[in-house]
Amino acid sequence: MNRVLHDFPGGLKLPTGKELSDRLPSLLHPLPERLYLPLHQHVGHPAMPCVRVGDKVRKGQLIAGAREYVSVPVHASTSGRILTIGDYPVPHPAEFKAPCIVIEADGLDEWHDIEPSPDYAATDPADLQRVIHHCGIVGLGGAGFPTHVKLGEGFENAVELLIINGVECEPYITCDDRLIQEKADYIIAGARMIAHAVQARQCVIAIEDDMPEARQALVTALDGDDIELVAVPTRYPAGGEKQLIRTLTGRDVPVGGLPIDIGIVIQNVATAAAVYRAVTRGEPLISRYVTITGAIENPRNLQVLLGTPVRDCVEKCGHRSFSESRIILGGPMMGMQVNHPYIPIVKTTNCVLIQQRESLPPELPCIKCGRCSEVCPAGLMPQRLYHAALRDDFGQAVDRHLFECIECGLCAYVCPSRIPLVRYFRYAKTQINNKERQLQTAQDLRERFLAKQQRDRQDARSSPSAPEAAQDDKRAYLKEAISRSRSRRERIRHQHDPDEKPGDD
Amino acid sequence: MIASLPAAFLIILPLLLILARLLKFLPENNNDAITRLTEDLDRILPQTQCRQCGYDGCEPYARAVAKGTVALNLCVPGGSATERGIARILGREPATSTNKEAHDADPQIAVIDAARCIGCVKCIRACPVDAILGAAKQVHAVLPGLCTGCGLCLPPCPVDCISLAASPRINRHFGWTKPGRLRSPRPSA
Repeated sequence: MNRVLHDFPGGLKLPTGKELSDRLPSLLHPLPERLYLPLHQHVGHPAMPCVRVGDKVRKGQLIAGAREYVSVPVHASTSGRILTIGDYPVPHPAEFKAPCIVIEADGLDEWHDIEPSPDYAATDPADLQRVIHHCGIVGLGGAGFPTHVKLGEGFENAVELLIINGVECEPYITCDDRLIQEKADYIIAGARMIAHAVQARQCVIAIEDDMPEARQALVTALDGDDIELVAVPTRYPAGGEKQLIRTLTGRDVPVGGLPIDIGIVIQNVATAAAVYRAVTRGEPLISRYVTITGAIENPRNLQVLLGTPVRDCVEKCGHRSFSESRIILGGPMMGMQVNHPYIPIVKTTNCVLIQQRESLPPELPCIKCGRCSEVCPAGLMPQRLYHAALRDDFGQAVDRHLFECIECGLCAYVCPSRIPLVRYFRYAKTQINNKERQLQTAQDLRERFLAKQQRDRQDARSSPSAPEAAQDDKRAYLKEAISRSRSRRERIRHQHDPDEKPGDD
Repeated sequence: MIASLPAAFLIILPLLLILARLLKFLPENNNDAITRLTEDLDRILPQTQCRQCGYDGCEPYARAVAKGTVALNLCVPGGSATERGIARILGREPATSTNKEAHDADPQIAVIDAARCIGCVKCIRACPVDAILGAAKQVHAVLPGLCTGCGLCLPPCPVDCISLAASPRINRHFGWTKPGRLRSPRPSA
């Protein structure tokens, strides 16, 4: 328990707003009438539906399978009937519609046959990863990266340290805090399973030092010394992957690299709890804790079935009029603003934050005060990146390590000119990525074109087809032959008809 | 006679070498240069293989440009950006831009109406990048990730079952837009 903690650059103590929702126990959200389950709730390839409209499904039944390795399946959150499969609004900053499976709940909430895995400690780690994959588990901290991929990478390399991340640093969000308080035993058991799946030498559960109840719950539930419990100082963004690794180990993830490059695997506490359910009961990921908070009557944590409309959850917490409010999925720093609540809660939705709609003051020119550089936890110079993005000088932006930006939002938060810096960085990142993708596609197309041309030339050489004129000759000859034979047949019939079958009919 | 053979060799060999060198030097080097230039030019062409330039594809157009026989602004999908790129590679001034801006606003792809497709494979032969799947008397389908929207498969179709539609790629590859320009006026001097 006396691990030496290190410091990460930048960061800021923010007003947390967590007191709104962290006092009350979580509520089980009632079964909605309809559930909208997007096929793409994670990083990677979308899942492929394996049910048809009209099919009866039961809770936990597979409804869309993963065809690729970097993809996870989707399961029915309740029992009912498949109403439609089509495009519906999904959580996306540009109000996109994406393929969803819509289930009409029958109210019975009847479980599909699920089977627990045998004793996990005796199971092969690869099999455990397969169970996790089949149960559709992704990182529940917000990014939604398929868990089995991370664990697979971990298993292939030697894992020194497994970190279970309960450092919920973003303001307002308390779903992990509540989960730890209510399901500490799940998290500890899940952590052991993940540790087995990656064959980790050490395991740490990290929380913030302003979560005393969660700490107490974990201390009570912890029945061994194989897991270390660490409370890190509360400072945004202490829960960021790279920042937490730095705090706990003093080591940095290499630029452009992953934690596994330095022998570390990091998973969210909610992911650990989901792994526990998947392994001990065979339960796929069909529900999660969501914080509903902000300018509403009864901020609260809800246990929500995936696919439940955001509107239902927010109304449950006493909010009615959406016209006056701003809806943010996630927290105020890194969350995504959406324009309407008619979208489903998905695997990555950790919080719905309702704020008063307010007119933002205009953006002013950068005065080069450098405060953004002081708070940047990635050690970047946001003002330089901003000027590069403003001029569309993407080469410069990449040189200044744009892709190390974790979009924590601190630079924009402290900017006295109210420049939405993160939006500029996202713009630059997508421009660069799109350009790269275009170049790659062009390269593929060029190869295909040249290959086809070569094939055509070979075909022309190897099977010298008759010249056009000769073919015409042949065709004319055939036509003539056909007409000759036809006329002969006609003639014969005419000759025979009168005398052979006079009274046929 | 036998003694003079090595001597003859000694005289003829260098001559042959020089000749070979010369032969290699003159035409081949030029070809090499053109091939290299063609590759460089081809790399910046959009690879739609649409033939709107009048050539059989991007590579043939690049070759023609490398040989210096055609205008630089014939690439329609690439627009003026591509023209500028070509001019930069050749170290020439871009033509006083008569070319339109690149219309990369809404990429399109071909879509086959499966109900009407008779499986004639004519579109498959026409597709310059092998983006159509199918076999004789089997329904055909376009691979949306590879279709360049060149439209070359449309005319050969005997039942007119192919049309161009908005590319689903736009939806998948969402890009954040640039935030609004600075609105505050600069303090006047």
